[in-house]
Amino acid sequence: MGVMKVYGVARYMSVARVIVCLEEVGADYQVVPVDFAVGEHKTPAHLARNPFGLIPAFEDDDLVIFESRTISKYVLRKYKSSDTDDLLRENNLTESTLVDQWLDVEAHHYDPLVFHISYNAFVLPKIGGTGDQKLIDTNLEKLKKVLEVYEAQLSKTKYLAGNFISLADLSHFPATYYFMATPYANLFDNYPHVKAWWENLMTRPSLKKAAAGMFPVA
Amino acid sequence: MGMKVYGLTKTTNVARVLISLEEVGAEYDVVPVDFATGEHKSQAHLIRNPFGQVPAFQDDDVMLFESRAISRYILRKYKSNLLREDDIKEAALVDVWVDVEYGQYNTPASSICYNVIVKPMHGEEVDLEVVDTNLEKLKKVLEVYEARLSQCKYLAGDFISFADLSHVPCTYYLMLTQYKSVFDSYPHVKAWWEAIMTRPSIKKVFDIMSA
Repeated sequence: MGVMKVYGVARYMSVARVIVCLEEVGADYQVVPVDFAVGEHKTPAHLARNPFGLIPAFEDDDLVIFESRTISKYVLRKYKSSDTDDLLRENNLTESTLVDQWLDVEAHHYDPLVFHISYNAFVLPKIGGTGDQKLIDTNLEKLKKVLEVYEAQLSKTKYLAGNFISLADLSHFPATYYFMATPYANLFDNYPHVKAWWENLMTRPSLKKAAAGMFPVA
Repeated sequence: MGMKVYGLTKTTNVARVLISLEEVGAEYDVVPVDFATGEHKSQAHLIRNPFGQVPAFQDDDVMLFESRAISRYILRKYKSNLLREDDIKEAALVDVWVDVEYGQYNTPASSICYNVIVKPMHGEEVDLEVVDTNLEKLKKVLEVYEARLSQCKYLAGDFISFADLSHVPCTYYLMLTQYKSVFDSYPHVKAWWEAIMTRPSIKKVFDIMSA
């Protein structure tokens, strides 16, 4: 039985999502780089793992999958134990669905905005590009409405799906981590429960480990 | 108290939930939400869906939103095999293609439907450039689907799953447009769609959507 392989680069937000979960469960894994600069993501070898030519892709023995939230769920299901937090709550119908609901909220409402703000305002300048300020501004306005919803929820429960931490919370890490390095980080000051939730999340060792592989934000 | 789905049955995201309900044979009511009068922004609705969208869902004291999460709740509650949660690898393959449905297929497909079906209904002009751009994106996605469905009968494997059924509402509308013929270039995708259409739950939901 081999070591699990994550294909991609740890600095990428979607790859970092998977690394957080691998660190949460303390699994053995290897990150296998995919070199976009030489078009490696379009090679038959990579397309066999991710037919859309994206990262991450993932292998565990004969299982080859893609889509970072799916990979994350697989890792958390495989390694669920009493030593780690129950991040999927699959023994409870309502709780597991609330995790799914807020994971969908992250994927549909939050990440599309914050990913692009972070990419344009932080990542692109780091790699010698110029961000799209109009896109940043549009997304910031939309993000305020989303954060209002989060503020209301996090005023009722400690974490998004309830008073227990879950994959839904952790899935927010990659884009938010880079967002906090942009000039717009203080937006969260207007949403004190969201800010407190984020600061609490960042105390988790798994997030610090994933951060170590990402662009430095200090 | 039976399960309640809030929204209109013609809406794709609402129809997605109806498919799961019909698959498991559950009893449910559809409670309309009137967008024309701003009901989706009312306090009563925002409590059910804080983004002011549809569907929202209630089962006794459980309140949910996000159609794919609601679908998972229904399928789990009734112990349907459409999520394959007894097998960790199969479940992952189902999850992959549900994520692909949302992340790759849904956007171009629903954009085309919105432009060529909804806009004319409101007397708005169709933006052909937007339609063409999304058609090109959709074709790239269908190339991937064609390759996948040449290897196995359904998206997650040789078994039908929620991943396949999650594609139904948007594809239903696409097949009502002139762009139905795009699928002729992808014979395995076309065959996959035709197989899905034979399912009793799907026929029932089509009747509900077109009522």
